[in-house]
Amino acid sequence: MNMPFYVAPEQVMKDRADYAQKGIARGRSLVAIEFDEGILICAENPSRNLKKISEIYDRIAFGGVGKYNEYDQLRIAGIRHADLKGYTYSRDDVDSQALANQYAQMLGQIFTHEMKPLEVEILVVAVGFERPGDRLFHIRYDGSVSDEDGFAALGGEADAIRERLTAANLDGLDAAGALKAAVAALSGPDRNIESGHLEVSLLDRLPEGRCFRRLENGEIAALLGSSAR
Amino acid sequence: MTLPLFSPHDDPGPSFPGLLDKVGIDPSYKVSKAAADAGAEHGMTFTHGTTVVAARSTEGVVIAGDRRATSGNLISYRNMQKVFMADRWSGVAIAGAAGPAIEMVKMFQLQLEHYEKVEGHTLSLEGKANQLSQMVRQHLPAAMQGMVVVPIFAGFDRRRGRGRLFAYDVTGGRYEEEDHIASGSGSLHAKTVIKLGRGGSLGTEDTVNLLIRALFTAADDDSATGGPDSMRGIYPIVATITADGYQALEEDDIAARFATIIDEYTEANNQDRIANGEAV
Repeated sequence: MNMPFYVAPEQVMKDRADYAQKGIARGRSLVAIEFDEGILICAENPSRNLKKISEIYDRIAFGGVGKYNEYDQLRIAGIRHADLKGYTYSRDDVDSQALANQYAQMLGQIFTHEMKPLEVEILVVAVGFERPGDRLFHIRYDGSVSDEDGFAALGGEADAIRERLTAANLDGLDAAGALKAAVAALSGPDRNIESGHLEVSLLDRLPEGRCFRRLENGEIAALLGSSAR
Repeated sequence: MTLPLFSPHDDPGPSFPGLLDKVGIDPSYKVSKAAADAGAEHGMTFTHGTTVVAARSTEGVVIAGDRRATSGNLISYRNMQKVFMADRWSGVAIAGAAGPAIEMVKMFQLQLEHYEKVEGHTLSLEGKANQLSQMVRQHLPAAMQGMVVVPIFAGFDRRRGRGRLFAYDVTGGRYEEEDHIASGSGSLHAKTVIKLGRGGSLGTEDTVNLLIRALFTAADDDSATGGPDSMRGIYPIVATITADGYQALEEDDIAARFATIIDEYTEANNQDRIANGEAV
């Protein structure tokens, strides 16, 4: 009888985590920044068609980094979850935390039980009616969730980006200011990201309805060129 | 509620009704045939919504509808909404059995939004019109028992840069019209007014006034169509759809336009009476 080699669970988990982290590190990063009029989500994305940011529901958006096909599947599952919930109950009952928990459970399940973990990190963003109501849930490949305050960074260079954002002054920004801060944090001191390689969306702090808005190339360039607060 | 995940061969794609089917939720606008049969057998009267109209303008389309819902000879609701924004560039208005009609609109709006979010872009205007057609067709068994729902659909076709109108019949038949469409019990009167006013060839402003006049006339001659109700402050709903999107008119604006028509008629009547030598 063949006996499988014994591998310590710690080793299995470590190997899986390394594998997932390597996959995520290959892709570009994404940041979200809260400001008075909403939340800005900005990703470095050379592709004009394979999007990292998407609308989920009235006040909820999705950001994903890592392997496109994997986070895109999660994105669609999130839209389905939200639309089904809104249809069954009401539009007011769709909340970001329930969605973040669902994502976390699923990623955790796959991480421990499947051969291959998902090589993704995702962000569930919800804009409140007032600034304290904003939510940024950062969910990692192993299902761990963190509730971020003020800003969030995802991807291979997330730690460096987080440091830059912590150092920057993010008080009293407008959309242009938030975009400039996001781009500066994404690119770092030694690099320039051209505006055509940016994917930017806004969750406007509207009193009702669909708050998600994708910025076109022209709008991004105009915001970057304007004088910001 | 869990995360709905599907294997590739089982995936409902961007279809929301398809998704409902996969997770085992019955769409609420579907009335079972047994229920419809039983209703018809017992001679139940359902709440009905009436006259809705739409016409093309040079900049897009205008869509409008009265607010009355009736059950037999009774007025059940005075402020029913029959004109809805379907998405940013289209509107839908309903006539017929109110319950399933409103549910159908809700499902239609959701389907357009769901498709847009999943696919990352909106359906073409014709695609939207076809989606609505399928929903009307699915409703046919209930329609045969008296719960008829006949919507009209109007929108701005961004690819072709013009407004387009779609009328339906109970079987889900979809008919594109050039100038104007109408549905509901007062539609005959309304259509005549629009036709005589050369609806379809006017600017947005004139088309709005023409549709308001059409609804006024329909309410004047059809008991199931509600006119302007200044006592309660309830007025028909009118919306324009152009390259800038769907825009509902303010209530005050609509009230003022009705007031103009009423003044005009009052003045004309006074002139008649003066001509007949009566005191005014």
